[in-house]
Amino acid sequence: MTGREPAPDLRHSYYVPSIRLLSRLASAFTTPRSPEDFLRLVDPLASARQLRGLVTSVVPETADSVTIRFRPGKGWNAHEAGQWARIGVEIDGVRHWRSYSLSTGAGQDPAITVTAMGKVSTALVRGTRPGDVLFLAPPEGDFVLPEHPRPLLMLTAGSGLTPVMSMIRTLVPRRPDADLVLVHSSRSPEDSLFREELLELADQFPGFRLVQWFTGERDRRIDLTGTSDLDTACPDWRDRAAYACGPADFLDAAESLWQREESELRVERFAAVVAPGSGGEGGRVTFEKSDKEVEADSATTLLAAGEDAGLMMRSGCRMGICHACVTPLLSGQVRDTRTGEVHGEPGHLVQTCVSTAAGPVSLDA
Amino acid sequence: MTVITPFLLDQGRPAGRAKPSAAAHLTDAQIEELGRELDALRESVIATRGAKDAAYIRRVIATQRSLELAGRAALLFAKHKPAWIAGTGMLTVAKILENMEIGHNVLHGQWDWMRDPDIHSTTWEWDFVSPAKAWQHTHNDLHHTWTNVVGKDRDVGYTILRMDEDQEWTPRNLGNPLYNALLAPVFEWGIAIYDLELDEYREGRKTKAELHRALKNLGAKFVKQAAKDYVATPAAAAVTGSAKQALAATLTANAARNIWAHAVIFCGHFPAGADTFTEEQIEGETRGDWYVRQMIGSANISGSRLMHLMTGNLSFQIEHHLFPDLPSNRYAEVAVKVREICERYELPYTTGPLPKQVASAWAKVFRLALP
Ligand SMILES: Cc1cc2nc3c(=O)[nH]c(=O)nc-3n(C[C@H](O)[C@H](O)[C@H](O)COP(=O)(O)OP(=O)(O)OC[C@H]3O[C@@H](n4cnc5c(N)ncnc54)[C@H](O)[C@@H]3O)c2cc1C
Ligand code: FES
Repeated sequence: MTGREPAPDLRHSYYVPSIRLLSRLASAFTTPRSPEDFLRLVDPLASARQLRGLVTSVVPETADSVTIRFRPGKGWNAHEAGQWARIGVEIDGVRHWRSYSLSTGAGQDPAITVTAMGKVSTALVRGTRPGDVLFLAPPEGDFVLPEHPRPLLMLTAGSGLTPVMSMIRTLVPRRPDADLVLVHSSRSPEDSLFREELLELADQFPGFRLVQWFTGERDRRIDLTGTSDLDTACPDWRDRAAYACGPADFLDAAESLWQREESELRVERFAAVVAPGSGGEGGRVTFEKSDKEVEADSATTLLAAGEDAGLMMRSGCRMGICHACVTPLLSGQVRDTRTGEVHGEPGHLVQTCVSTAAGPVSLDA
Repeated sequence: MTVITPFLLDQGRPAGRAKPSAAAHLTDAQIEELGRELDALRESVIATRGAKDAAYIRRVIATQRSLELAGRAALLFAKHKPAWIAGTGMLTVAKILENMEIGHNVLHGQWDWMRDPDIHSTTWEWDFVSPAKAWQHTHNDLHHTWTNVVGKDRDVGYTILRMDEDQEWTPRNLGNPLYNALLAPVFEWGIAIYDLELDEYREGRKTKAELHRALKNLGAKFVKQAAKDYVATPAAAAVTGSAKQALAATLTANAARNIWAHAVIFCGHFPAGADTFTEEQIEGETRGDWYVRQMIGSANISGSRLMHLMTGNLSFQIEHHLFPDLPSNRYAEVAVKVREICERYELPYTTGPLPKQVASAWAKVFRLALP
């Protein structure tokens, strides 16, 4: 301790109140709008209600993926390596939300790397231009680096590389003591994200080893039902803190392998696990507060049903992990798409993103 | 997935129910067919809603906000006549756009499909003294469901005017024209008090607690609205010695907006040709019947595109009542088809230029002052 007086925090004592006062004053003129509503005439990021980001660059990575860099507006927090953010994009005038991992390192400007796969990702990959506005929610997620330095193993496939790339960019060039092995599976070198950069990093930093597995060349996928592929790729894999991200079957295999070894594997899933045959009824869904009724089939989640009816449904990951979407059930029962289980009593909070109607359902939304 | 509209009523009508006279020539099967045609029309617009419509409403909103900013800025120099005229004019137009093409239509959920929280019926508050939620209840839930059903639709005379033969005459009604003339310049207050539903409270259908809450919400909204127009704006103009003139300007802008809104809204259901209905007539109403009631109970205003914009496309009152939640910029194209349908089914399609429709509504105000 030096015993020195801490410098007064100007931000809190003067700056913030004066901004707040100014904004209060301005809203006396703008009510019932917020001052930001008027500021948006000149600043596309101004909004009191919805965090926005301005696309600063769009760089192709492979034939069907791009990295979109953006400058977020006020309200964004710097991301930790491995975290993801909700991204909203307008398609045919309708706003759609999906989650994307931030692929840049901690401390760098945020960017997402999107692979065209379905409706939203294809729109993002093919339609995004510098100067576009993206809608955002601040980064979240606990698929992050361990607190203390440890030897690491990253097991990724396809677009599952993105959160891990953020970790690599954060750790490898900055920490001389880094010890990281990446085993990445993709179809071919052309399909492989960040290939040049990874090769360069592996060249430059002895603490980083890259094992590329091209399923096209090897004519088979990496086999995680046994240990022999891993033993070859990374002989000391058992001694490393392990992370995995990729398609569902890849992760399922990895999880059961690590379970058999009784060690811990951290997993990030891009899509909710869907229980086989969890179809079933569907039914009429009533959104009481919004006074809307829709007929939803067994493949339509309550979240999608509400959104399709134009409701402002709360959501986050859209895959059952963040609980941002929980909504009180007023009556009826729902089916959990992950387990197939039918459940629900009045007052229960249901995750609308992984629930479908099992008969008529009424929600407090 | 289909969105079920809340007003979908039972199929099948009790035998021997009298149809409204304008639709008496239609068989049940014809009315059912007409309902199907209108459903298809609605679906065709929904299927083609998209980026162009979204760009439209954002353009209107940006125009409105620019006008409002420029108007208030001009009023800082309101003691100079040209600034007063420009400022008052821009603020009036901004307020009219805000209430009609933007507020009224956003609050109907016409733009909810965009899922933009900044342009959504659940988040919008408008530049009008009645809080949006209160108005949505009396307007969307009640008036649009019970359109022109005497005894059910409180909008038939707004509980202060006698606007239908079937409403019992009392000597109080002699004041009809006077009340209406007084109402026009303070229309937003008329609506605010109307939305309190004092009559419902008196008759015990609204609890004291509910009324209390409504009054509190109205009070809070009033304070903000008044502070903006009658305190903050004149106070800022005081810097150039224009406080008094700025106050006169905001009062004028609000009054002009009120008179305009009153005129447009009275053209919606009161001109000659727009029918009213009895409660017995709507018993067992089918979806087709409901559509017929909306069509023959409403009246349009003909005019230029600017005219339609300034009325918030309520000049397409018939189309708006058929499809209250379709985006307003699409009513013009819908109108062509609705008119054709009305001709084919030999149903009246009431329309006329603004002066004619205003005169017709006023004629009714005068006529019904007498028994
Ligand atoms: C935490 C998290 C992080 C994510 N990070 C990224 C990222 O960095 N980059 C990225 O491109 N995507 C990422 N995703 C996936 C992304 O959110 C979308 O799910 C994906 O872009 C597909 O959306 P879509 O609208 O294009 O497809 P949709 O039209 O919604 O779906 C199209 C079809 O593709 C299937 N599908 C969806 N995702 C996958 C998948 N991963 N593998 C195989 N089939 C799938 C769907 O089941 C559906 O049948 C992440 C998801 C989560 C939850
Ligand atoms: S949106 Fe994250 S749990 Fe439903």
